[in-house]
Order: sequence, then structure tokens, then C-alpha cells
Amino acid sequence: MGTRTVWAMTGKEFRQLRRDRRTVALLVFQPLIMLVAFGYAVGFDVEEITTAVYGPQAEQVADALPPALVAETVDAAGGRATAEAALRSGDVTVAMVVDGQVQDVLIDGSQLFAARSAVGVLREARLPVEPEILYNPDLASPPVLVPGLAGLVMAFVGTIATSLGVVRERQSGTMEQLAVMPFRAVDVLAGKLVPYLLVGLVDLVLVVGAAIAVFDVPFNGSMPLFATGAVVFLVVTLGLGLFISTVSENQGQAMQLALMVTLPQVLLSGMIFPLDAMPDALTWVSYLLPLTWFVQIAVGVMLRAATWADLALPLVALGVQALVVFSLSIVRVRRDLLPSAGRRRKVRQPDAPVAVET
Amino acid sequence: MSWGLTEASVSWRGGPWLDDVTLPLEAGEVAVVVGGDGAGKTTTLHLAAGLRLPDRGSARYPRRERIGAMLEVPGVYADLTVDENMRFTAGAYRLSRRQREGRGGELLERAGLADARTRLAAQLSGGMRQKLAVVLALLHRPDLLVLDEPTTGVDPVSRAELWRLIGHAAAEGAAVLVATTYLDEAERALQVLVLDEGRPLLQGTPDVLTDGGRRSLEQIVVDAQRARRAEVVNA
Repeated sequence: MGTRTVWAMTGKEFRQLRRDRRTVALLVFQPLIMLVAFGYAVGFDVEEITTAVYGPQAEQVADALPPALVAETVDAAGGRATAEAALRSGDVTVAMVVDGQVQDVLIDGSQLFAARSAVGVLREARLPVEPEILYNPDLASPPVLVPGLAGLVMAFVGTIATSLGVVRERQSGTMEQLAVMPFRAVDVLAGKLVPYLLVGLVDLVLVVGAAIAVFDVPFNGSMPLFATGAVVFLVVTLGLGLFISTVSENQGQAMQLALMVTLPQVLLSGMIFPLDAMPDALTWVSYLLPLTWFVQIAVGVMLRAATWADLALPLVALGVQALVVFSLSIVRVRRDLLPSAGRRRKVRQPDAPVAVET
Repeated sequence: MSWGLTEASVSWRGGPWLDDVTLPLEAGEVAVVVGGDGAGKTTTLHLAAGLRLPDRGSARYPRRERIGAMLEVPGVYADLTVDENMRFTAGAYRLSRRQREGRGGELLERAGLADARTRLAAQLSGGMRQKLAVVLALLHRPDLLVLDEPTTGVDPVSRAELWRLIGHAAAEGAAVLVATTYLDEAERALQVLVLDEGRPLLQGTPDVLTDGGRRSLEQIVVDAQRARRAEVVNA
């Protein structure tokens, strides 16, 4: 090893790195962003526990609740069935039924950390009835974490696999060839998505199967609802990978960006750390992440047997995300990778030759 | 039907990149664009295939389904076999299996690639890959065939095979535009456009340009370049 040869190589690497400014920016700022985001996200303590109170004296009981229990719903007409429905929908962590005195105190065990906090608060309150924990009576971790992990696995596989798709075509020169072939941007993107969608679905079946067989995670809800949520979620994660691919200049950059988008989902999706324990600003970031919504669907279906109506918001949110990432990808592919396509369409008559005059 | 460019110009950073190129491309004829590196050959081809719009002038080309092209980098997938590459291209042009196998088999035979059908494109030599790219461009019987330096870096035998494929495409009725750095290849065309720094230097049939073969095209190009340099210096 000669010092001069090492310096020659080092110099070359620096010169190449200097020209790849996006990678440098990612390398420098990514750790900083992650540290700040993760630092705020890391916390298990839920200080405000969302609560619903039902029954004739609901108003009085809601006023007398310990400060940690925040009454979001107070309904004098509701009963046990309404309380269970409220928990199943995932809107609240605690639901109380009052008739003369507190008859039932139900806790949603699928919201693990909020439920654990609720148990402590309610014990201190010395209520006349013992709280009943639904969906995860032992407040065990695997039933709550594993459904979300299934989503995380799919997010990693999906986003990283597809993030190389378009940029690889561009680097190998085949993208230019596609530009002279009768492909529309949507054909290229859809064609790249379908194989990974199928692989992702196989992955999902394996992961959920293992969750049930190995970790005893129950599957209480509707399979079609879960499958729909999973497909839409997969479309978003794969679409995100494709979008990353369209904005990256090389495969290394695409991989970095894919990791930058996927890693924060581990901590910010509510899969491990509850969204209720995060600062408000960070919660909004969480809502931009597809895994946040899939965790709600997976836990909702598998543990709480949530219905289509209960999970309408996560499904719509994922649908909108799918639409946004695909629209952006199509715009990018049209503008940057198939540069003549958009402009040509304006001057071309269907099935007619093209004459462009400028 | 005729395609091609009329007084087409492309600017770059305020100056002309390609200046005032008129190049009619007739069905059944081969036109060749010759020039050194950076002469504007690829830009001319991109205009002719509609990959880029001229800043001035006009371009006329068929709809994309009727164009066959091999661009700067042969657009074959290295991790697919010859057959799989052909299946992909046939699918893109909506060819039936029978069309693909009939036409594809015939073209592979002509290109000398019939025995390489199951080989990965990555395992082909550079010349074989170029030939495969031309075969793929011809698969759907295009009306306009655009080839960017298909014979660069190719051995003489493969070069002859490539020119046979090109000639055959023209015989089938395609208008063919080939960019090349080799002046001897220009003599195979019906029309030659010599570009120099983005501007047409010479244009015409090889017969007219070489005065019925009495002068070599190479010498004519060198003389024209000298004359233009002198013009620039005097100006």
C-alpha cells in the first residue's frame, strides 16, 4: 500500500462525492433529522388517556374523572354496546358505562401503553368495579407489536425493492429506449409495481401466518378488510419506492432516500411508541407515514375486529397517499425520463403521424 | 410517406447546438448522418424520432408505435435472455406470439443470433448486443428506423450483418436514418448528411458528392472542413 496511491483513490472519491451533492446532503443531514425526530418520539408515557362515558349520569362522572382521563365522548343515551363499539373503533382507550354508579369500565388492550397507564390511573381512583381489559387481556406486547411489524417488513421490502426500479433503467440507458417505445408513464410505473405487489402479498401472508402461529396473535376481524388495507398499504409503499426512484440520480441515492423514508416509520408510526405520547407536531409527521395508518388497520382488524366503518379513515388516508405518490411519480417520469411524451401528446392526433413545428 | 426534419435547429446555452438541418427521410431509403464526436448526430436522431422537439424548424415522424430505434446505448436488458428481450419488445408493440416467433426468428437468423436465443444479453459480445438491439428495433416492422452508431466497435463480419439488416428494413419499406462516424458507411446510403459542429457541412447522394466515385468522400469532407475553418478565420 503506497501513500500516494491511497491519496489518489481518496482524492477521486472526494471529487466524485462533491459532484453527488444530494448524497452528501443525505449523509450529513439524515442522522441529524433522525436523532431529533427519534428523540422526541421515544416515550411510552401517555399522559392524556382518551375516555368515553355513557349512561344517565355520564355528565357528572365525566366531570369527576381523574385529570389523566380526558373525556372525549359523554353520552347519556349510550350503554355497554355503545361503549364496546367506541373501543372497537379505536377512538378512545377507556369507556365507562354509568347507571346510578359506574357499572363497567372497559379498557382497549390493543392500545398497549395507553391501556397500561389507564390501569394505573383507574386503580388509584378506587372505582367500585374492576376495569375489564378487552382485546388483549394480559396487556401482552406481541399481539400489539407483531401486526405492526408485519407492516414494517412490507414497508422495507416494498420501498427498498422498487426504489431501484426506475433509476436502474436510467443508469443502464434502457429508459431512453422506453421513451421511443409506445409506453406511457403510467404503463412503466404500473408494470414495475405489479410484480412487487404480488411478492409483497406473499410476504404478508407469510408474516401474518407466522404472527398467528408463532406469537399467538389472534385474528378476530374480517379477512377481506385486512386484505384491502394491506393491498392499499402495499401500493403506497411500492409507489413511494417508485417515486424515490424517479427523483434519484443513481442507485446509491435511491437506497439512501428509501432508508430515510422507511426508518422513521419504525418509531413514528405508533407501532412501538404511542402517538398519544408524541408532541403534536411530530404526530402530524406520523400521519404522513403510511405505516401509521396500516398499524391502525392491522391492530384494529386482528385484535379488535374493527369494521369497515371503524377503519374508514385509515383506508381513505392510505388511498389518498397512493394517489399522491403515483401522481407525483407519473409527473416525474413524464417530465424527466420521457421528456417528449407530455409535449408530444399536445400536438399529436390519435393514430396520425406527428408534425411538430416551432 | 416521408418523414424528417425541415430547417430544424436546437439551441443550448444561448448558442446553436444544431443549426438549420433539413433531412427528408423517404420510405424505402437509407439516410446516413456522418460526423465526428459532438457533431450533432445524436441530436439529429433524437429530433427525427421525436425524442426532442426542435427550437426552430419542424420535425415530422410517425406515431411512436411505428418508430423503431436503437439509441446511443443499446436498449437491451442485460439480465434478460435474447428471447426474453424479444418477448418484452413484442409485448410493448402488441405483437402476437405468432408474429413474434415468425418475424423474430427470421431477424435473429439474419443477424446470426439464432443460436444465442437462450443466452443472457450480458453474456453477448458488444457486437452481438448491438445486433440484438437492431433486431428489437425492427421487430414490429417500423415505418421509421433510427439507429445511433449501430456499428461502432463492431467487428467487420457483424458490421456487414448489421448493414444487411438495415438494407432489408429499407427494402421492406422503412425510412432508415443511421448515424455513424465511419465515412465508408455513408456510401451505402441514398442520402448523406455530414455534420460539423452542429451545422450541415455536406449533403447529397454519395454519387453526387463523390462526383460519380471519382473522388473519395473522406477527401471531400476534409476539404469542406478546411474551407469552413478558413471561412470562420476570415470572418
